[in-house]
Amino acid sequence: MKIVEDSPPILTALDRPNSYIGRSVPRPNMARLMQGRAQYVSDVVLPRMAHVAFVRSPHAHAKIKSIDAGAAKKAPGVIAVVTGAELATVITPWVGVLTHLKGLKSAPQNAIAIDRACWAGEAVCAVVARSRAEAEDGCGLVGVDYEELPAVTDPETALGPSTPVIHPSIADNLCFERVHVAGDPDKGFAEADAVVETTFMFGRHTGVCNEPRAIVADWNAGDARLTVYQGTQAPHMMQNLFAKHLSLEEHQIRVVTKDVGGSFGIKVHTYADEMATVALSKLLKRPTKFVADRIESFVTDIHARDHRVKAKIGVKNDGTITAWEIDDLTGIGPYSVYPRTSGIEANQVVNLTGGPYTCPNYRARARVVFQNKNVMCQYRAVGHPIATAVTEGLIELAAQKIGMDPLEIRRRNLIADDAHPSQGPSGIKFEALSHHSALAHLDSMMNYAGLRAEQEKLRKQGIYRGIGFASFVEVTNPSAAFYGVGGARISAQDGATVRLDGTGAIFCHTGVSEQGQGAEAVIAQCVATSFGVAMDRVRVIMGDTDNTPYGGGTWASRAAGIGGEAAWQAGKALRQNVLAVAGSILQAKPETMDIRNGIVVDAATGAERIGLDEVARICYFRPDTLPVGVQAELVATRHYVPRAWAFAFTNGIQASYLEVDTDSGFVKLLKHWCVEDCGTVINPQLVDEQVRGGVVQGIGAALFEHCLYDERGQLLNGNMADYLVPMAVEMPDIEVGHVVTPTADSELGAKGAGEAGTAGAPGCVMNAINDALRPLGAAPLTDMPFTPDKILQALGKV
Amino acid sequence: MKPSPFAYAKAKSLDHAIELLSRPDGEARLLAGGQSLIATLNMRLSAPKLLIDLNGIGGLAGIAVKNGQVEIGALTRHAEAERSADIARHAPLIALALPHIGHAAIRNRGTLGGSIAFADPAAELPACLLALDGEVDIASPTGKRTVQADDFFKGLFETALGPRDVLTAIRVPAAADDTRVGFAEFARRHGDYAMVGLAACAQADGKGLGDVRLAYFGVGAVPLRAKKAETRLTEGNIDDAVKALASDLDPSGDVQATGATKMHLAGVLLRRVARQLMEARS
Repeated sequence: MKIVEDSPPILTALDRPNSYIGRSVPRPNMARLMQGRAQYVSDVVLPRMAHVAFVRSPHAHAKIKSIDAGAAKKAPGVIAVVTGAELATVITPWVGVLTHLKGLKSAPQNAIAIDRACWAGEAVCAVVARSRAEAEDGCGLVGVDYEELPAVTDPETALGPSTPVIHPSIADNLCFERVHVAGDPDKGFAEADAVVETTFMFGRHTGVCNEPRAIVADWNAGDARLTVYQGTQAPHMMQNLFAKHLSLEEHQIRVVTKDVGGSFGIKVHTYADEMATVALSKLLKRPTKFVADRIESFVTDIHARDHRVKAKIGVKNDGTITAWEIDDLTGIGPYSVYPRTSGIEANQVVNLTGGPYTCPNYRARARVVFQNKNVMCQYRAVGHPIATAVTEGLIELAAQKIGMDPLEIRRRNLIADDAHPSQGPSGIKFEALSHHSALAHLDSMMNYAGLRAEQEKLRKQGIYRGIGFASFVEVTNPSAAFYGVGGARISAQDGATVRLDGTGAIFCHTGVSEQGQGAEAVIAQCVATSFGVAMDRVRVIMGDTDNTPYGGGTWASRAAGIGGEAAWQAGKALRQNVLAVAGSILQAKPETMDIRNGIVVDAATGAERIGLDEVARICYFRPDTLPVGVQAELVATRHYVPRAWAFAFTNGIQASYLEVDTDSGFVKLLKHWCVEDCGTVINPQLVDEQVRGGVVQGIGAALFEHCLYDERGQLLNGNMADYLVPMAVEMPDIEVGHVVTPTADSELGAKGAGEAGTAGAPGCVMNAINDALRPLGAAPLTDMPFTPDKILQALGKV
Repeated sequence: MKPSPFAYAKAKSLDHAIELLSRPDGEARLLAGGQSLIATLNMRLSAPKLLIDLNGIGGLAGIAVKNGQVEIGALTRHAEAERSADIARHAPLIALALPHIGHAAIRNRGTLGGSIAFADPAAELPACLLALDGEVDIASPTGKRTVQADDFFKGLFETALGPRDVLTAIRVPAAADDTRVGFAEFARRHGDYAMVGLAACAQADGKGLGDVRLAYFGVGAVPLRAKKAETRLTEGNIDDAVKALASDLDPSGDVQATGATKMHLAGVLLRRVARQLMEARS
């Protein structure tokens, strides 16, 4: 992969003398990670720690008639064998609903299944032993007598009268339904010169983190405290949930999150096996550890997508879009995942479809149904890849039908850059977007006209290349509108505490967390800049509920925009405090001074007045020399939450250039471009890495990744040989460009960038494949992933 | 997952390995490069009582050209073969196939003997052995024997190797001036097991090809010769050869492709490999 430098200029408003804003500084944690000195949960070893393994249901739906643990209990090294009913004495079940998703319903889920297993892979019994190997040996000795029940697997028939209802406590298999009508869609379709209607399919796939889910729980009965080491994206959320379901107070629980090997939204949910591990520690009064293996990860890590969207667009001959209509159906497994629910993705599809465009006539329905497969929930770019592929797929099909260039039809319909604030057809509110600037940048970056000419020339030689586009909007910096208003105790705000140490360096304690995306670097950049020290004088403390301000963690592209702003403000506040006491020491007015590169200077001339080490020495060790009544306050805390806008929407556009081997049905990706606008770019390299990584995950969805189930609810490819994650060899060079439209909601002006790549890439690749095959008369491909099977079928070759 | 408990023994010699295999206390497995075996142990798909490590035995690795044949010791690593000038010159089909096997880390440990003995039907080397009309040396408690490739692959992960046999070497005819080879495969990602692959060998014969051997992999329980297609290709008719595949092969579908797709791709491969065989002539 070639890295192309396309850094935006440094923003003057934030360009303090020693500014790190807009600079590609290396991550402070890089050396630790590269030297193998990271500390993942798998590395945590505690005295008396026991290992947990689970007996998992081989059936998609089965009654648990009896469990015979006798032989397992006697096996070497086995400490305990615990069933769901036994564990229920220390942990209560949960129900994944949010009140703002009206009508969403789910059934109580237990840490270990009681009486009934609802998907193949659900834990039905735990074995705790001295080692993981002995625990697995013990699992092999547990006898479970199952009575297989009919499995509900196909979302299309999940609501049918002859399909069994999975949860007797709920009337049907419908988890959630949303209908939304805006403008006048009927009138819009009536006014259209052309209407295109098709069905888009999105395969189930999953996040596949380098480090699987892992947890160590340590219930200390003496302190009446529970310490949980967990690879999670949201330590404070987990603290709340452990307290709630183990009948403890939140202050009795400490969640420690050290290094985490990737998350992608996988590690922001409540997992039954992790809850069980914590409950087992409480039950057994000793540390317990569970590390999911790769096969367990495939059958228990949340899956995502699996949508069937019937979609329709009306368009006039001049390219004006007149109406949109979608009908989304998605199967989410047997339970709505706690506490964020499994209704959010379908809800986002309704929110985001048509989002970049001016046409207000929109009819949408989304239905979320239960089934006996692994649970589904929010994964990177929740709902975006679906809404974007549907919208952009429709647009390119419509452009083809009226004979218009695909970029031209977008130019005629994208919301104008000077028309903000504005809103999308679903009513989502946009503060400021830059669709047309992004499109123009992309057009020149990729030399669109040149590529079209090349495509035309090669077609004459029997080489079929395609160019596809996808404009998109991305939800970032969520306010309480995302979860808090629905009753979930998930913090929308975040805090930062900055403390001067005895030598003039600073510690920054932040509520956001790091899973590999560079949040630690971004926090350090913000606080170093606003306070006025070099990056190597900043130590960032994160991932510890005992030692960080209350915060949401890192998900929904919020760490830089929200956590970064809190750190920025805290650094500023500490600077004022330090200048106040420096003013006393120097007999100078604080407002005439600044802190630059670790030294208090005269703001006007830059002349050095006193070093931070000297300020710290006086304040900490010789406070008796300060004037009477002067008390130095060398700690400052600030919090931030977006208030003016529910979400800081970003925007962008991607393009894909690829070649289809029409003999074999194989797709060769030649090049990919993304121009995005995440507002102020704090670290261009990290933003570009986020975009590239996101594009690769989106390409995975388009071409490779698919959790294949049979009709009995068995996952057929739950291993790294058969489930195809995208690999470097097959990836194209990905060029990233930027347009900068800061949000006015914060001083920093940063929006999120973590999901832009994933949002646009699948639809973009789909459009490019269809563009390549158009001269061959192939029916448009709309069923992801686009495998050689499907491409050969579209070409009529098999 | 962790493997089921097993005992481990490091064989000091070939005889020692055979002796260990002969113990009557349950199933034993030989450990060479471990690139397939360890994964199956960790997934508990296989639970031998004893693992016999061959890696300490001297003389089982190495490449030698003698008597018009290339002999490759069973413990020879893929990476060593990949770097070998003898393989490149005298066994060019194997040289073509090696870069497709897994990834560098796998090729550093994986052995040629292990790949042949494991006989994954989608693996490259068993098909190469078959295409080259090679042979396999086997040591057993009752002595040594040699089995032709055509007789070696019996069924899914089943070979002519008995429970007390050790594969010690493979041999293929050294390429002559008129030897032509071709290799191609379709894998969704580089390094994956192939959806369909084809290893081919022929002798240049005037304007055409003689002694064509086409060995497909990923289309059945074992690497398969496409004998009718071989005849058609010898007759010089590629279109007929592709048509003949319909009676030579009957692939089943798997998670990566339907049987129909595999059949179609087998034809695409034949055209591409036939071109390689012909191009190499000029």
